[in-house]
Parts: sequence; structure tokens; C-alpha cells
Amino acid sequence: MTERTEVLRVSDVHVEFVDRKQRVRAVDGVDLVVNEREVVALVGESGCGKTTLLRAIIGLETASAGSVSLDGELVFEGGGASRRRFTALRRRVQMVFQDPTGALNPRHTVEDAVTEGLVIHKVDGDHRTLAIDALSRAGLRPPERFLERYPHEISGGQRQRVLIAGAIALDPRLLLADEPVASLDASIRGEILALLRSLVDDHGLSIVVVTHDLGLAWNIADRIAVMYLGRIVEEGPTEELLDAPLHPYTRALLSVVPESRALDQEILEGETPDATRIPSGCRFHPRCPLVASGEAERLGVLDRCLGTDVALVTVGRRAVACHAVSS
Amino acid sequence: MSLLELRDLSITYHTGRGAIRTDVPAVRSLDLTLEPGDTLGLAGESGCGKSTVASAILRLLPASATVTGEILLGGENVLEMSPGRLRAVRWAEAAVVFQGALHSLNPVQRVGAQITEAILLHEPVTQAEADRRVVELFEQVGLPPSRVRDYPHQLSGGQRQRVLIALALACDPQLLIADEPTTALDVMVQAQILDLLADLQRERGMAVIFITHDLSVLRSTCERLAVMYAGQIVEQGPSAEVFADPTHPYTRALAAAFPTIGDPASRMAPSGLGGDPPDPSNLPTGCSFHPRCPVAIDACRTQTVSLRTVGPERQAACLLVTPS
Repeated sequence: MTERTEVLRVSDVHVEFVDRKQRVRAVDGVDLVVNEREVVALVGESGCGKTTLLRAIIGLETASAGSVSLDGELVFEGGGASRRRFTALRRRVQMVFQDPTGALNPRHTVEDAVTEGLVIHKVDGDHRTLAIDALSRAGLRPPERFLERYPHEISGGQRQRVLIAGAIALDPRLLLADEPVASLDASIRGEILALLRSLVDDHGLSIVVVTHDLGLAWNIADRIAVMYLGRIVEEGPTEELLDAPLHPYTRALLSVVPESRALDQEILEGETPDATRIPSGCRFHPRCPLVASGEAERLGVLDRCLGTDVALVTVGRRAVACHAVSS
Repeated sequence: MSLLELRDLSITYHTGRGAIRTDVPAVRSLDLTLEPGDTLGLAGESGCGKSTVASAILRLLPASATVTGEILLGGENVLEMSPGRLRAVRWAEAAVVFQGALHSLNPVQRVGAQITEAILLHEPVTQAEADRRVVELFEQVGLPPSRVRDYPHQLSGGQRQRVLIALALACDPQLLIADEPTTALDVMVQAQILDLLADLQRERGMAVIFITHDLSVLRSTCERLAVMYAGQIVEQGPSAEVFADPTHPYTRALAAAFPTIGDPASRMAPSGLGGDPPDPSNLPTGCSFHPRCPVAIDACRTQTVSLRTVGPERQAACLLVTPS
């Protein structure tokens, strides 16, 4: 394997909220590395902290502990992040949101939307030319035809392309995409995913994409990180991880995806877990099929599942946080 | 006699007035038959008319919609029913579960009471009898009976969707129409609800129409599949066959949009369709799909095409498909 340049490094990041006097540990110690020209999919159920982690990386949430570096340069460390430093670095990290209709100002033209970032960051050069170039790279051709349009005059897929154009107009290193196709129609989905992949392959970007959709990861991601209750519980190359998931949670998640019928369906009972009440021991143990089936006891790890927190352990090219696997 | 028969059903919405009045044909000459106990998946993208069909079956469309053709529910035309008859038919013969469970429930009424009310309106039973039925229904949809006294906001999204399913089943309908029943839910909860619907369908032998944009959900839940585009059915047949061997180019594109995990052909190769779904008020000439069709020929631009038989129980509306 060739040595790859590291673009993003997230080290032991924690994000906490207080909700109705309860402490919510939304992100509870996450490590993540993203290399150049790499798409990393952050996968999990709602409430697992994947979107919060993304927002913390770009500074929309304040991390209470941990650090984030971009191209080897420290963005923040420990709770205190300097605003100024964020603004300087934010140009190199851009975000694409789920709902393009909500993210675009209905009274702004496509040109306004795409050049907004250029104005904020006082970018040199002719903004119209830069916007035309970005629109064209985002697949809106001929780009001149879109400049004067308003969001309501274009389709949902085109709106998402406008948002992507606005992000890439600043020539970022890293794109953070939060469920970029969840609100789009099925036939549009593939086109937007192909566009994201081409930004990586042809223009050298890196992407972290948050999704609940393992099919999306299969379509475009080099690596997958599975999150559960604020932690990454399994991480590794897409093919390996989806071919033979190690963590029982990854296995369950994969088994319920309609696109994959290779595994026997393992529907976890109960609701998505609650970050105000993180279980002791392994945080997954109350829903874990290995615990419920007695398999954990047979392996002699049940005491640890119930009583000892578990960290990610490297297994080949993968990392997994499960007592049953690491024993 | 079929449980449900749609004959030459067309639905047009009228928007604006005077000079800017536009007619929007949402459903165009649709024929569909459902036998008791059938499970049918109705798939298509937003604006294809699938939810309009669902609403039309129980006459829930706004007054601005013109409906022509026939909707026969148990042989009786829904479009000609008196208001009293219609009230009796809704819930008791056919019921709908819509997406967005939060908005379908009354926020200031206990969820159990909302179901009791529906039962009391339709059947000559006592309050105590209705209450007992609600507890039974809760058990059937996997909710603890103690939850009947909860208000909607005290329940999670998945639990609210279960309440809506219980509500739809309250009067033991023969037909359940589920319009994107799992769209707003998490993957794991979605699997729970699909599992529940499949169990209930089997136990009760009721017919189910499943409406969704996610073709992959239908593969495992429905015996039959109908794919809609621009207000028309473009392909229908047994789900397994339509999936394994789609004949219409639109079905092919939709099926490929949701990759099979592990299939090398879709790895790092997301598949989509160029262009956008058509604007119903400004439909293309000829075959409505031709502007986006990867295999369109000249004739597709001018010649309209209707469903033709392409195999046992299979139909497709495409000029390039040889009728059998």
C-alpha cells in the first residue's frame, strides 16, 4: 500500500450538551483519520452522534475535549477553540447539507449562492468566473444558464448541485456531506453520488459523508466507520467491513438493509439508544445479540460486556470495539 | 370479484385561476386490479402520482381534483358512494397509513382514545368493548398496553407509526394502503415496522398496497410490483421477476439506483438517470420517459405507448419491448 497524505485527524473528540438538566454525551471520544483522495462514510442510526461529530469538525458545535487537525495543522485542542483560526481553516473544509431546499435562500440567485463563500473569504479574482467554473464542475452545464435562476426555478437535484458548487468554489481540501442524497429521488441519487466520487478522483478532494445508508457507502466510500452512541465501534475498508462485519452491531445494521440479503435478518429490538443514559460496560450490551443469545457467556466475556467499557482494537486493517472479538 | 379495481382512472389537479389556470394531470388512464390477500408495491419518484392514487381510493383528494374512470372497492364504485356509505367504507373496508406519523395523530388526545373513537364511530360496541379491542391491537402491533394512556409526544417515531398501524387495523379492513410507512424512520425501526406489517398481513389475510420510492423495500415485502412514471404504470409483474429482469428502462434505472451490497458491478459505480422527473403540467410528447431514456429511438418522441403483455403476468409500456 502506498503511503497516503493525511488530510484530517480527529483525536479523542468529545461533544456534550445539557438538555433539560441532563448531560448528553453526543460524541464520546472519537478518533478518525481521513487521507487525501479518500471517501470515509460515517454510518449509524439517528442519535448516534454522526452529524454532531461532523458539525464539531467544522466548528458548528464546540468540542468539550479532544483535537482536530487539518493537513497537520491544529484546528483546535481541548474545549477552547479560537474563532479566528476556524474562519481561516473553514475555507479548506466545506459542508454540504441534507436538504438543499432549506439550505438555499429562496431570494438569492444561483450566482449569489455560489459566490457567497467567495465574498466571505475575500477570495481574489472574478467571482463570476469562479462561480461558472464551480457550476460546471458540479455538472450544471451550460453554467451561464443557471447563474440568474432562483432555487424554485430548478429541480431538487440541481439545487443539491448548486450547494456542491458553492462548496467547491472555495477549492477546499475536505468536504463534509451530511446525508447528501437522503432527500433526493432515487433516479437523481446516483448522479449526485457519481459527482461526489468524481470530485475525489478528478479534483483531489477528500470527503467525509454521514449516512444511514450502507448502499451509499458501497457506492462511493473507501472506508466505513460505524458509530453507536457517540463512539466508533467498527472501522475499516468498505469491502472488508461489509463482506465480513466483526462487530455485532455492524452485522445487525447490514442484515436489515434491504439491499443486502446475504445475512439472516437480525432486527434489534427497542428504540435507538439515548445519549443521556449511556449503559455501563460495553454501551451496546443491552441490545447485543451476542449477550441475548448467551454467546457472550459461552465465550466467557459476559462479565466484561456488562462491566468494562471497550475501546477500539486493531484487527488487521480494521478496528473493532467488542469484547467478544478481541478476546 | 376483485377486492379493488381501478378502471381507466385519471386524476387532474387544477391550480391557479383565469388566464394562469393550469391543469396538472397527476394520474393518466390507470388500470389496476387487486385480489383479496394480495400485496402490491406501487413504486415511483415524487410527482409520479402514486400518493394521488392512494388518496383517490378512499376519496381523500382535495375538491380541486377531477377524477374520471372507476374505482371499484368490492365491486362498488367509490366515486358514486353517498357520504354516509363512504364513511362506513373508510376504516372498515379500506384504511390508509400515511408517512409522517407525528402529524397524523391528534397531539392533545391520548393515543388509545383516538383508536377507541374510530371503533365507536364504526361499530355498535360499548366503550368497554372498544377499550378492550384497543389493548388487543396494541399487543398485535408490539406496543405495551400501558401506552394507551400516552400522548403522541411521549412516544418515539417508531412507536407512533405502530399506533397509526393499530388505528388503521381498528375496524379490521380488508385493504390496507401504506403510503411511505417507513420513510421517516431509522433503518432498524424501518426493519421492525416492515416485519410487523408482513406478519399482520399474513395473520389477517388482508390485502396491502405499499407505496414507496424505495424499490429495495418492496422486493421482500410485496408479491407484485407496479412502477409508475409521470402518472402511468410503466411496468408491472411479480416482484421477484421484475427485480431480476426489469424490462422497462425506467425500472432498470430505479433498480440500479439502490445497489446490492457485495455486487462488484455497483462498487464505486453509483448508477443514476440523467435529467429530472417530468413536470406533470408540461409532459413530454410521445413516451413521457423518452427525454431521460438511455435507449430511446426516434419513434419514442412521437408515439404514445401503453402497457403491453411481455410475459406471464407481466406488462411493460415501452416501444422497444417485444410483446409476447
